[in-house]
Formats: sequence, structure tokens, C-alpha cells
Amino acid sequence: MSESSGQPDGTTPAIAKSAGQLNDELLSSLRPPTLRWYLLAIFLGGVVAWGLAAFTYQVMNGMYVTGTNRPVMWGIYIVGFVFWVGLSHSGTMVSSILRLSRANWRRPILRAAEAMTVFCIAVAGLFPLIHLGRNWTFFYMIPYPNQRGLWPNFRSALLWDMTAITAYIIGSSLFLYMGMLPDLAVARDRSHGWRRKLYGVLACGWRGSAHEWSVYHKASTLMAALIIPVAVSVHSIVAWDFAVTVVPGWHSTIFPPYFVIGAILSGVAAVITLMIVIRRAFRLEEYLTPLHFDNMGKLLLVISLLWSYAYFVEVQTTWYAHEPIEWEVFSFMAGRYTFPLLLMLAGNSILPIATMCFRRLRRSIGVMLAVSLLVNVAMFIERFLIIVPSLSHKNMPFVWGSYSPSWVEISVNIAALAGFALLFTLFAKFFPIVAVTDVRELEVRKAGVRLGRTEIPSIVGKE
Amino acid sequence: MTGETTMEKMTSSYRWGMVIDLDRCTGCGACVVACQAENNVALCDKKEIGEGRNMQWLRIERFWVGEYPDVRVRFLPVMCQHCHDAPCEPVCPVYASYHNPDGLNGQVYNRCVGTRYCGNNCPYAVRVFNFYPHTWPEPLDNQLSPDITVRSRGVMEKCTFCIQRIRRAKEEAKGEGRMVRDGEVQPACAQTCPAEALVFGNMADPESRVARLARSPRRFQLLEHLGTHPSVYYLKGGGREHV
Repeated sequence: MSESSGQPDGTTPAIAKSAGQLNDELLSSLRPPTLRWYLLAIFLGGVVAWGLAAFTYQVMNGMYVTGTNRPVMWGIYIVGFVFWVGLSHSGTMVSSILRLSRANWRRPILRAAEAMTVFCIAVAGLFPLIHLGRNWTFFYMIPYPNQRGLWPNFRSALLWDMTAITAYIIGSSLFLYMGMLPDLAVARDRSHGWRRKLYGVLACGWRGSAHEWSVYHKASTLMAALIIPVAVSVHSIVAWDFAVTVVPGWHSTIFPPYFVIGAILSGVAAVITLMIVIRRAFRLEEYLTPLHFDNMGKLLLVISLLWSYAYFVEVQTTWYAHEPIEWEVFSFMAGRYTFPLLLMLAGNSILPIATMCFRRLRRSIGVMLAVSLLVNVAMFIERFLIIVPSLSHKNMPFVWGSYSPSWVEISVNIAALAGFALLFTLFAKFFPIVAVTDVRELEVRKAGVRLGRTEIPSIVGKE
Repeated sequence: MTGETTMEKMTSSYRWGMVIDLDRCTGCGACVVACQAENNVALCDKKEIGEGRNMQWLRIERFWVGEYPDVRVRFLPVMCQHCHDAPCEPVCPVYASYHNPDGLNGQVYNRCVGTRYCGNNCPYAVRVFNFYPHTWPEPLDNQLSPDITVRSRGVMEKCTFCIQRIRRAKEEAKGEGRMVRDGEVQPACAQTCPAEALVFGNMADPESRVARLARSPRRFQLLEHLGTHPSVYYLKGGGREHV
């Protein structure tokens, strides 16, 4: 998939830019915030405050303020948890896999994708704590030495969750930070005052010597390879939260790969959305060209096909076996949630496959924005349709029930989205959101190779 | 399915179990009331029950069978089945749900953080969660049993086979240097049942009343195919109904 970003139909400038120019353009996001930035930050902060107020209300009163009941003990908090863990796979996908496969078009977006991973997993990690009946005793789940000799239960999938998510938060933060070291040094050299001090500390005295670069390249390749199994394990474990139970509709061996595919699908879609937002907000049209969207569109097509396959396999097995209780769950889902089910199938499967087949549509920013947003709406619905209908119609028909989320749960979920956006807005203002040195490296290595009478743009040198 | 395979797990000479004769159950609901009174189970108003948040540890499932005018009603009392391979136990991240040596599913209220994972994974849906903070209006607060924790909001609770009674009986028996005699200890539901539909005792003693009843050809267990090995046996009813 290795391609240059300098295709003739891309908008890469004809004349090579100097390092200084590149730095100026790529670090434009670090300029002093505008009024619009402040307004955005205040708006997002307001939504987060509202969500915090809703959560406080829940803590002060009790879980009855949510829509959960018996038998549906888990609601959209857990839907949100699975959804955000899924989104967090974007960075791993874009940065690690594309780094290892040497796809050069990843360079302008890798920082945004990595930052997204960190913030998504941080937001996701909050949901299981928010959803506890007694939030204030959450530390009982942490294996800490105590006088009473109590230890958490490592047979529980929730403990696997905690372990995996902690590992992923640490791993992806390190991945983000290490990749940012040279850029922090660039930012340090270009700034004054407190910012210079801050970047100076964060850049760990990076000077850009040949030795430093050699170590840096080895370390980042290693890190990219190491983070992939962590990412896969995280979402497999999230799937096991459901698959290891005896709940009809949850107890399914395909769940771990199916969840990982779903996670990558929503992650790729989220990166596309983010690319469009960043491109627009920071005027990076020259660096995020239709070629990048074309490639991301192809990726989306492949993952969407995989998702459709996994979904088909899951439903087909259940339908063919027609085991009464499991089939009841599926029929209940199709009957009660017909519209969400259709929207999910359209958003995750039919529309992405139909549109991403066409190069013209893949290169259209409008289409990409619509499709990528729809995929994530559909993915949220997918998680809802996995969690809620199974619990509603479990084995004992006498205690069948249903669930609709309360305003508290909806507020917290919206605040999670706003919280993610706020973290990202702050990050983009204080840290280089485009991987400056990675892009510059590409510019330096870009060369014209003469082939007969034409000159083909290509990349020289080994990565 | 007498649970021999699961006996290695036990270190106790007791294996508490219950037999429920569906032919004898009249659906009167006395067991439900007795359980509520014995175990400090919270009182729920219409709203809570309507929301599916009632706190009953024991419910009587009522099924209508047949078409009008030939309609029969069947009752199925369902409480915690005290499974020997309980799905609720391994999923609890903090061991609030655990297996005790007598084969009971214990629940440590003070340890529970309220993930409600056990409630999801219980195929019998007998675990109840304190969605609301509960209070007992006067004079009912005087009736609260000092033997049992009054559960706060945010924790899961369920039938314990009246473990406080079992503990007391075992202590008394130990003091006298003997085993608990058959019929010496009964949970509130079995004690109250006017039709003696509920029989409780030590399944590990083959001569106990409960063990003899559990050998009946009419016996079955709820959701037996899931392999949870419940401690509760039902005796099939409806023999006279032909429906």
C-alpha cells in the first residue's frame, strides 16, 4: 500500500518547500488560540460539566435514575464503554499497521490517530466505573495489598478488562509520546516563555543527532509492533465480557474476532471523520489530499466487508440452529428494534460497501464525512443491539423485560463525546497535531525518478 | 444429575438442597411474605415493581395453560437455585459472589461494588439489585432482623436459603457434638408453606427427607441443560390436569 502523497491529482505543491515553511504550516495549530477556539472549548466544557452533574446526581441518589432494571442490568453505559474501546483502535490501526507496512500516506494523520486512541480509551475506561452501583468502592477491583487479605477475582472477565485497558492506556500513551519527541523538540526551538520550558522538559533534551534518530526509529518500529497484540487483546477481552457468560445471544465463539473487526471499522471511520475536521480546522488541505481519503476509503471497504462476513456468520449459525432461547433473542431484537437494526445494517455494511467501491466517491470529502459518521452511529447501535435485547429476553420468560435509557445515561454518554472532543481540542492546541518530522522526512525523500520521458514522483531511501 | 461430579469441591458434610413439589404448590404466596419478613428484604411500592426493580428473593411464576374455558393455572416458585456450578460466581470481580463449603452461593454485601454482572449471568434471573435506597416505615423497622445486614443501595442480593438459620443450627449441633438433624433447620419459605410444597434439608445425607424426595421420578431442575447443577429440585406437577 506504499504510495507517495505526491500524485499528480493530489495537491502537493510543485515546488519543494523549505524546512522552515513546512514547520510553519504544520505547526500552525500551535498559534495563540482564536476566539472561535475559546468558544468551542467553553461549549465542550459546558457539556462535560452537564454530564458530570448528571453523574453526581446518580451517585447521590442511586442507580434507579438510570433505565436499568431486572433483567436488563446493563444499559448504554456499557454500550458506550464498548463503543469507545472500539474507537480507540483507530490509532493502532493507522499508526502501527500502516507504519509496519510502510504506507507513507499515513504520515500526516498518524499523530491525530494516536492521540485519538489515548483519549478514546481514557473515556472508555470511565464507563465501567460510572456504571457501578457503588462507584465509591471501585478500588475493590484493584489488586492492592491489604490487611484483610482480600484479592480481586481474576477469573472474572471484568478483571481481564481492567488489566487490558490499563495496559492499553499506558501502551498507547507511550506510543503517542515517543512518536512526538522530535516534534516536541521542533516546537521547543520555535517557542518562547513557559511554552519553551514545557516543550523543553517534554522533549527530554532531544537534539536530533544521528544516534538519537537511529534509536528512535528502532524504538518506534518495536513499539508499533508491540501495540498491535495489546489492541487485539483489549477488544477480544471486551468481547469475552459477553462471550464467557451463559446469556443467550452473548455466548458466542465468534464474538472476539467479530468485536475486533467492529472496533477497527469504527476506528477507521473515526479517523476519516477526524481527518476531515483537522484538514478543515488547521488548513491542511495540502497535506491531507484526496489520495489519503482514497486509501482510507479502501481500508474502510475491506473492514466493512469483513464486518459483514462476521455478522452474517453469527446470525446464520443462530438461525440455522434455531435454538429456541437464542432465536427468541434475535426475533425480539428484530421486532422491537427494527429501525435501529436496519440502520445498523445500512450504516455498517450496505452503504460503506456500495460507496467505497467507487474511486470518485472515496475522493469526495462530503461522501467520506457522511459515510464515516454513519458507520459510527451504526456501530453504537450494533453494540446496543448486542447488549440490550439479549438481557431483555433471557432464559426465564417470566422475567422478560425491556430497557430505555434515562436522561442521566444519555447525558453522560453525550458528555463522554464532548469530553473526548475537548481533550482533543486542547491537545491540538498545545501539541503538534501533525507529525512534523514524519512529513518532513517524506518531503526530503521525495524525488522524481525518470522513466523514459516522464518523471514519476517516488520515495527514495529506506525507511 | 445428583451432582456427584461436583462433590470434590465440597469439604463439608452438608450439602443443602430443596425440593419443591409443584403438585402441592397452591400459589398462595406465603413463602414470599415469609422470606420478605425473615431476610430484611426491602418493601417495594407499585412504581418500583412496575419498573422491574422489585426486591423479592423468591417469586411465584404464574402460567396460564390452555384456552378459555379450559384454563388451568400453574405456579412455579423460583428462588436462587444455589447452583454447584453457578454462573454468577466466576464473573464477580471482587468475590462478593462466592461458593461456600456447604454448597451455597454466598453473597458478601459489603464487598459488592455493583457491577451487576452476576445478575446478567444468572440464567434464573433471581438476583435482585438495590436500585433504590430503601427505608422501613414505622413500625416495620422494629421487625428488621439483627442477624442480617440491611443492604444499602447499589448492592446485589438474593436468596441465601436463610443462611443465618443454617449457621445457628450448625453451631448448636456442634456444641452438642452432633450433625444437624433432618428437619431441624428450615428456611422461612419452607417453614411457612401451608401445603408443605417446599422441603429443605441436607442432600449429602441419602436418608434425609429432601434427598429421598429428590430421587422421585417426577424430579427435574430448571434449565438443566445449562449444566449449572442447581441445589433446588422440582417435582413435576399437573398430573391431574391433562394439559
